[in-house]
Amino acid sequence: MATQHSRSAARLMMAPAVILLLGWMLVPLIMTLTFSFKKYLPLRGGDLGWVGFENYTRFVTSSAFWPSVVATLAIVGGVLVITIGFGILLAILLNQPMWGQGIVRILVIAPFFVMPTVSALVWKNMFMDPTNGLLSHLWRFFGAEPVSWLSEASMTSIVMIVSWQWLPFATLILLTAIQSLDSEQLEAAEMDGAPTFKRFLYITLPHLSRAITIVLLIQTIFLLAIFAEIFVTTGGAFGTRTLTYLIFQRVLEAQNVGLGSAGGVYAIILANIVAIFLMRIVGKNLDA
Amino acid sequence: MARAVTQQRKLINTAIAWGIGLLIFFPILWTILTSFKTEATAIADPPVFLNFDWTLENYTAVMERSNYAKFLWNSIIIAGGSTLLGILVAVPAAWSMAFVPSKRTKDILLWMLSTKMLPAVGVLYPIYLICIKFGLLDSRLALVVILMLMNLPIIVWMLYTYFREIPGEILEAARMDGASLKEEILYILTPMAVPGIASTLLLNFILAWNEAFWTLNLTAVNAAPLTAFIASYSSPEGLFFAKLSAASTMAIAPILILGWFSQKQLVSGLTFGAVK
Amino acid sequence: MSFKTTLFGASAMALVMTGAAFAENLVIATVNNGDMIRMQGLTDDFTEKTGHTVEWVTLEENVLRQRVTTDIAAKGGSFDIMTIGMYETPIWGANGWLVPLDDLSEEYDVADILPAMANGLSHEGTLYAAPFYGESSMVMYRTDLMEKAGMEMPEAPTWQFIREAAAAMDDPENDINGICLRGKAGWGEGGAFITVTGNSFGARWFDEEWNAQFDQPEWKEALEFYVGLMNDYGPEGYATNGFNENLSLFQQGKCGMWIDATVAASFVTNTNDSTVADSVGFALAPNSEGVDKKSNWLWAWALAVPAGTQKEAAAKQFIEWATSKDYIELVASKEGWANVPPGARTSLYENPEYQAVPFAKMTLDSINAADPTNPTVKPVPYVGIQFAAIPEFAGIATEVSQEFSAVYAGQQSIDEALEKAQALTNDAMEAAGYR
Repeated sequence: MATQHSRSAARLMMAPAVILLLGWMLVPLIMTLTFSFKKYLPLRGGDLGWVGFENYTRFVTSSAFWPSVVATLAIVGGVLVITIGFGILLAILLNQPMWGQGIVRILVIAPFFVMPTVSALVWKNMFMDPTNGLLSHLWRFFGAEPVSWLSEASMTSIVMIVSWQWLPFATLILLTAIQSLDSEQLEAAEMDGAPTFKRFLYITLPHLSRAITIVLLIQTIFLLAIFAEIFVTTGGAFGTRTLTYLIFQRVLEAQNVGLGSAGGVYAIILANIVAIFLMRIVGKNLDA
Repeated sequence: MARAVTQQRKLINTAIAWGIGLLIFFPILWTILTSFKTEATAIADPPVFLNFDWTLENYTAVMERSNYAKFLWNSIIIAGGSTLLGILVAVPAAWSMAFVPSKRTKDILLWMLSTKMLPAVGVLYPIYLICIKFGLLDSRLALVVILMLMNLPIIVWMLYTYFREIPGEILEAARMDGASLKEEILYILTPMAVPGIASTLLLNFILAWNEAFWTLNLTAVNAAPLTAFIASYSSPEGLFFAKLSAASTMAIAPILILGWFSQKQLVSGLTFGAVK
Repeated sequence: MSFKTTLFGASAMALVMTGAAFAENLVIATVNNGDMIRMQGLTDDFTEKTGHTVEWVTLEENVLRQRVTTDIAAKGGSFDIMTIGMYETPIWGANGWLVPLDDLSEEYDVADILPAMANGLSHEGTLYAAPFYGESSMVMYRTDLMEKAGMEMPEAPTWQFIREAAAAMDDPENDINGICLRGKAGWGEGGAFITVTGNSFGARWFDEEWNAQFDQPEWKEALEFYVGLMNDYGPEGYATNGFNENLSLFQQGKCGMWIDATVAASFVTNTNDSTVADSVGFALAPNSEGVDKKSNWLWAWALAVPAGTQKEAAAKQFIEWATSKDYIELVASKEGWANVPPGARTSLYENPEYQAVPFAKMTLDSINAADPTNPTVKPVPYVGIQFAAIPEFAGIATEVSQEFSAVYAGQQSIDEALEKAQALTNDAMEAAGYR
């Protein structure tokens, strides 16, 4: 039905967003690319000339590189599994009849509103501190040796903190999806004597697949870039140095912008690999 | 008989849901409680819950040290400004993608999302230099624009999914009646998309409010929002749990309250097209 | 120039008038340490005297460093005064990024600044930042526990004695750790501590050709000693303990000894916050038997003016105010002598009222025992005790200290950590063009 006229109008309307995003992507991208081929040391006078692929080789051959890729994937993967797993359970629970549903929902979504910096500070100091943290009080109360969360269980702790922040998001989207589930279908299945688990597996879960895809995609985008949670808690120690954090260390702590920029290019590549991978497995759910 | 069973089930559901809800909310609750304790009570072993001498001394101390109102105002302007500007840019784009799709629409959408994956720290120096050049260092305008661009992909995508659910027949009918493109968007589409736009606004306001890299690194005094306020209370010397809690409570309270009041809008619109 | 001289040479009364005529608004970036927060509270005194107003950007240490470094390297001009340390000052001064403080007024009395501090904050003899407070490190110990153990702390203990004392004071049943030391990753945290410990075992970061020295036996010996000491008598989870965590442990009576910054002395002897305030003794930082270097560092938080600021004159006025003898008097009159910013001025340590403060003498002795130009047993090409004053050091040392912290947490062996430290240090030095 769309006429030639509305087509060109459409292009015109799309233009601002596309041009802006193009600029937003291209300007820094071109700058990052340029710096990545340079020896750029702000504390030694800035731009010290072209060095070819030196920064690229140096970045990947550093002993920190592969562990950082693994750490990144582990955090993203861990948080996705936890938030989607618990998110589904919570969504189903919240969809049941109960008293004070509105209030419970408020309680559950609250962590999403908390700044990452604040939540990391609160968890690190008031919960995970091995001496004064609430968890160590709890452990001692039960006669156990308190855990030094951020060193002995560093990865688990960070996944826990980040999951706490993102669980509300997953739950909300999944809950909306569940609410749209045709209850007649479920009731019919119940009449037929289908056990709860089967009803979940064959009716609820397929219905949620689209919502799960969305959660997967959006959270991955945000999780690949998490920074504050690591900066505040471990500072990248104890195997929690993600690729983003490694780049931060190169650019700001070591003040080697060239090397960090090369790392930035690798991060974009990694992000795109993850994105393509995601599209492959979930793309058909996303008929965008 | 059936009624009794439902009642019992409802009771169990309620108990479990409240238990989990409180558990998830507990860290926030604990922070709020701690903000009313003295520094010594804050680390007391065993920890105290409610039976302590409630004090406002931490809030007084924080207010004395920092100009909270200024940080809060900057947060509101930056988060609000970037969100509104983002919506303004995104509505036309999302409209055209939803109603005049082409082969490349899906690619463009995914490409937009992929721009979000560029690690911010890698471009800190370039962006910093650009800001200096335009005299935009420590200005709210720079942050409004940068945060808008950061969140634009999400805004476009969310709006796109809402627009797509609006049945095309309505538009065609309007066109038959001779509605112009502008009228179409203004009087037909926008009202129908209000819940979607509302939740897009809310989500992006939250994201912008909580952004802590650019807001911290591009500001000094004039444009510093609450994320910078928090950075002055994290890990000082000596005991600090209570003061940190007070500062944290002050930083998250506005957005928490906003989120709670508007949760219905947020929930109803936060679907990203996941609901068919 | 003559204008400036007149301005600075003028009496306080004249300052009020001149200041009022050129009332500026200064933006000052500072760290959220207790002494700086106190200074923030006293700003009105400065405004009264000069007419200039002040806006504070108070940030946590790591954020502050990142913030001011970006700003000065990119010449952003966001701040009129920056709070920086002994590490940054000589590097930035050499780059010409800081305004030289060579024209401070007569009554400010530059010569009164402790020589160790003035040296560390200068580049080629020019002062680039004025010390707000300075510190070294020393042993703080519980006199009551020492007595109970039947031991006596010498004025200059060795590491071997420290170990014996830790063993004697360690009392897990009563929740008392023999010793608390920093293990937290970060070059200014555990990194600083292990570097000075290394110094006191005869180790060094680099040889004269900038080759990393982590493959040398001294480093291994130092790490083995530290890890052994902490595993046997240290607190749980010491791998994440920094200054703050240890301070809170010591204040709660959970440490027999604590070797850390001399500024901690005023916190642990403060009866409001510390449960052990009345039974704290002090001694010089230890060295390993037979090694002629002690494990005390030297640090100052100092105020500097970035080059290119439009408000140079007013900024210098602020620095003169904040690091003056009068400021110290002002704090003393409001908060008592124990709370004045320590370690910056000779006259403070000659003041009989301050000499009565229990930790005054040991602080001064520790500062005087530190020599940044000659920090190690074997010769080194760098200046600095717990750091090497080169731009690359912060990044390298943070990564090295992360490897070490992983050892403290039991995640890798000492040999593995040293091997990685050696490789990454050499790699980074190569990237920077030293090798």
